[in-house]
Amino acid sequence: MAVQKYGEQTVMALNGDEAVAWAVKQSNVDVVAAYPITPQTIIVERISEFVHNGEVDMEFIRVESEHSALSASWGASLAGARAFTATAANGLALMWEILYIVSSTRVPLVMAVVNRALSAPINIHNDHSDTMGARDSGWIQLYSEDAQEAYDNTIMAFKIAEEAMLPVMVTLDGFTISHTLQNVSVLPDEVVSNFVGERKIPRIKIPTIYGEKEVPFMLNPKYPITFGPLDLYDYYFEHKVQQNEAMKATPPIIEKVHKEYGEISGRSYEPVHMIPYKTEDADVVIIGLSSTMSVVRKVVDQLREEGKKVGAIRLRVFRPFPAEMLRKELSNFSTVGVLDRCISFGAEGGPLFLEIRSALYSSPSKPATVNYIYGLGGRELPPKLIAKAFNEILEVRAEPGTPIVKYLGVRE
Amino acid sequence: MSTPMLGWKELPMGAVAFISSKEYPTGEWAVFQPKIDESKCIKCGLCWMYCPDSAYRWDGENVPVPSLEHCKGCGICATECPTKAIEMVRV
Repeated sequence: MAVQKYGEQTVMALNGDEAVAWAVKQSNVDVVAAYPITPQTIIVERISEFVHNGEVDMEFIRVESEHSALSASWGASLAGARAFTATAANGLALMWEILYIVSSTRVPLVMAVVNRALSAPINIHNDHSDTMGARDSGWIQLYSEDAQEAYDNTIMAFKIAEEAMLPVMVTLDGFTISHTLQNVSVLPDEVVSNFVGERKIPRIKIPTIYGEKEVPFMLNPKYPITFGPLDLYDYYFEHKVQQNEAMKATPPIIEKVHKEYGEISGRSYEPVHMIPYKTEDADVVIIGLSSTMSVVRKVVDQLREEGKKVGAIRLRVFRPFPAEMLRKELSNFSTVGVLDRCISFGAEGGPLFLEIRSALYSSPSKPATVNYIYGLGGRELPPKLIAKAFNEILEVRAEPGTPIVKYLGVRE
Repeated sequence: MSTPMLGWKELPMGAVAFISSKEYPTGEWAVFQPKIDESKCIKCGLCWMYCPDSAYRWDGENVPVPSLEHCKGCGICATECPTKAIEMVRV
């Protein structure tokens, strides 16, 4: 593939949802089955417009629910299509059963999830309780900071998914990203089309009692195979371990695809799994996900001017969880503040905090950790509150016996 | 079953089935199984057509033969048989 100069990109005013729709439009997608839900609706609207106007060679399936949306996309993908769907919050919750079926049958689907709070009470604004709840469902999760990254992640997701043979969730913050206009550099159609290519179907060897046979990994009447058969105590455990090991083997694929994407776009998001900011000489850092981290970096700049040695790390890949990389990255700080835009009810902290603290338990120089749960249901996290958190963690010098878990920006 | 138990490294991905359901003798579940009175059978093939487990063998000419190692004994064939040639007998 010829390397394209990224000077050929067109800067378009797109919101996050439109950026995702454009990425889908350019990625040789065969089937989209989706059901609209705020704040994901614009993705579905734009894609259906592209289909209606004949701008894409794509089948748009109008379904009656998110359960059907994911089921139809799954079926299309099993039949060999490149498929895409999108949802948010309660829509994702309705997909629950199929989330596991998609990942367990190793179907390389891509789904955009526009992060929104879960009901009840009903709230259409951003937090991460939807995708965090799906963290154990076997999907790779990429968290996007802005509309540009939502566009880039969606394109890369198809390649990652098809190489890993695992589904990928691309997330973007509801309204903050999904409905906010931004200058987005859009690659030429043919560059993206060449980058993702046509979907290739892997072949698998099946040890039948009549001897081994090799068949394409898809639904094909010529080579009949069964997906999702009854699988009890004699084999289910082996299949789950196999799935988990496949998930753990994906970081090199994710890094490779980012590198290749960097060559055509100039945006490789290195070092891919997490992006440090002013951490070289920092005493303390705050780590978190998605759009909030751009504000955190601004606060880092302000506090640096006051002479405070603070830094920030934005995690981009939450699944598979890069525990080993985080251990290396975080071990040298005295304190790590962890931002969770999600509550794990009854747990000792938010999901990101629990996994980071667990990763650091085997670090020789255990940094202290402090958890901040913030921004539920779209609550703003203003810079002064982030500064307050930084000033607090600058005071914490040793890992306490009981974790410090605080709410940031809530009334008592 | 004579197939050796495979480990996770040996299994095809995605938990696709690798043993045919032919090898799974679901007939062991049956309490009742069909017995055909060949003198009443008009060889219409309805039993073969209706069987939800495809347990019947039929060449299109002779009397259909239920494969008892796969028949779970649901009795649909006996209900559908227009000449009442099929009797469900306790196994």
